[in-house]
Amino acid sequence: MNNSFGYKTKIWFEEPESDNPFAARKSYCHGYDVYGDILSKATWFEYLYLLFKGEKPSPRQAKLLETLALALTNLGPREPSVRAAMNGGVGGATHAASLMSALSVGAGQCGGGHEVYILMSLWETCGLDLGLWLQKLHDPVEDKREDIWKPMEHAPGFDPNGVSCPTPVKQTLSALARYDENGCLSFLEETREQLEASTGIPLSMTGVAAAAFHALELDAHSATMLFLILRLPGAAAHAIEQRHLGWKHFPFYGAHIELTEDAAHFELPNAEELGL
Amino acid sequence: MSLQDLLDQERSHKTAMGKAFLCDRVVFRGKDLHQELGDKDWFSLYLFSITGKEYTIDEIKMLNYIWLCTSYPDPSIWPNHVTELAGNSRSTPSLSLMSGMAISEASIYGRRPDRRAISFLQSTNKAVKEGAELGEILLAELKKYRVVYGYGRPLARIDERILHTVKKAKELGFADGEHFQLALEVYRYLRKNKRLSMNVAALDAALCADMGMTPEQYQLFMTPCFIAGMVPCFIDGITKPEGSVFAMRCESIKYSGVEKRSW
Repeated sequence: MNNSFGYKTKIWFEEPESDNPFAARKSYCHGYDVYGDILSKATWFEYLYLLFKGEKPSPRQAKLLETLALALTNLGPREPSVRAAMNGGVGGATHAASLMSALSVGAGQCGGGHEVYILMSLWETCGLDLGLWLQKLHDPVEDKREDIWKPMEHAPGFDPNGVSCPTPVKQTLSALARYDENGCLSFLEETREQLEASTGIPLSMTGVAAAAFHALELDAHSATMLFLILRLPGAAAHAIEQRHLGWKHFPFYGAHIELTEDAAHFELPNAEELGL
Repeated sequence: MSLQDLLDQERSHKTAMGKAFLCDRVVFRGKDLHQELGDKDWFSLYLFSITGKEYTIDEIKMLNYIWLCTSYPDPSIWPNHVTELAGNSRSTPSLSLMSGMAISEASIYGRRPDRRAISFLQSTNKAVKEGAELGEILLAELKKYRVVYGYGRPLARIDERILHTVKKAKELGFADGEHFQLALEVYRYLRKNKRLSMNVAALDAALCADMGMTPEQYQLFMTPCFIAGMVPCFIDGITKPEGSVFAMRCESIKYSGVEKRSW
């Protein structure tokens, strides 16, 4: 057996088929037989929770994760990551490319994955302490070193372009709070107006999602990954729809682009002289 | 941004960066792409796209060398490994190369260290000019962050690219740049006092700092720098029997989690 290049993991192990050491006869996730036990007994969200946390969720935790997933499944065709996927789909790009573009655009810190990542560290620091939140939201990232991520331009979890808290955000917060065992979502519900008054902008879906992830006791990496994953179904569905609708029905922004620094004008090469 | 700003944005997108007037011409950062930039090599155009600046022939040679000298066609290197796995899983060329490029924006190698290395050299150069003591800056950096970006290298004791890059910089006349000299001074200090080696990220950052790049411009410049090394890995993966590379048997997984249990 050559296992000098094997991966170390606490998540997964396999038992091989008797006729092929490269094919798994049984696969175990955190000790549970995936195809012999989990498949017939667990829900997808129980399995997801197990995968990231290492333990089965309580019924309320599973319901909280599922409700959050429902809220994030599709943010609609105006949402930047969904638009990115649609731009892939309309041109007939590979399915993976559409999802990769959704992930890339949806990874950012304006409504995206990295905003959730920053919020998770704030939840770790501030917990249910309103005073700390009011202080930290204005300067949320302690490490000021140069980075691939820009400094935050707005209070994370709040919409820099919002006017008032949108109804779906409030509905999601309220729906999630029913299953919260840690009080994070109730805390957010109760303090929302104070936080909004302090930041000057309304609570956003990233703020609600991060609170739910913290209530589920997920770490920042797991929360960010799940936030990215759970928004992909909408991106996929809209990308497929635009693929079928075709480019003639898709907005082309050419006339919308207003150039402020033009170049000198030149004549095109003469087509006739080129024999064209 | 106010609601009025959004409404204005909805009406038009103003930009100085460029526009394609289809059937007519293309303006690229204030110049006609085909008429004014058409004699440039692609690499020079890429640099122009980032900084809006023209570079001398020797600067282009030096910057080109930065890319060239780190193009390692070895599938054990993580971005290349991904590219080879993609090829061998019969994914597409673009997906394979883009996934390799995306993971190059890593923390222990690639773009985050690149960005921090140039920022560190620029701020340290400024501080030293203003009278700060280099050793004190380095010790403070190590105490606070346990790392000086551009120094030390995962998996390897020395960086073979250093010698080639210093040689090329001397040949092309870039070895006397203030950031380049500072990078070497930092190296001498860390080698003597902390037994830390230098990796090529320090020199690359120094060269680009001496050419006036900001950290953002430097990251944009470096983003495709591994891609020439990824392509041979993709070809290798796509030409080998499907699903065969880096084969791993079930029992090679080194599991240390909980024992078997029932749901």
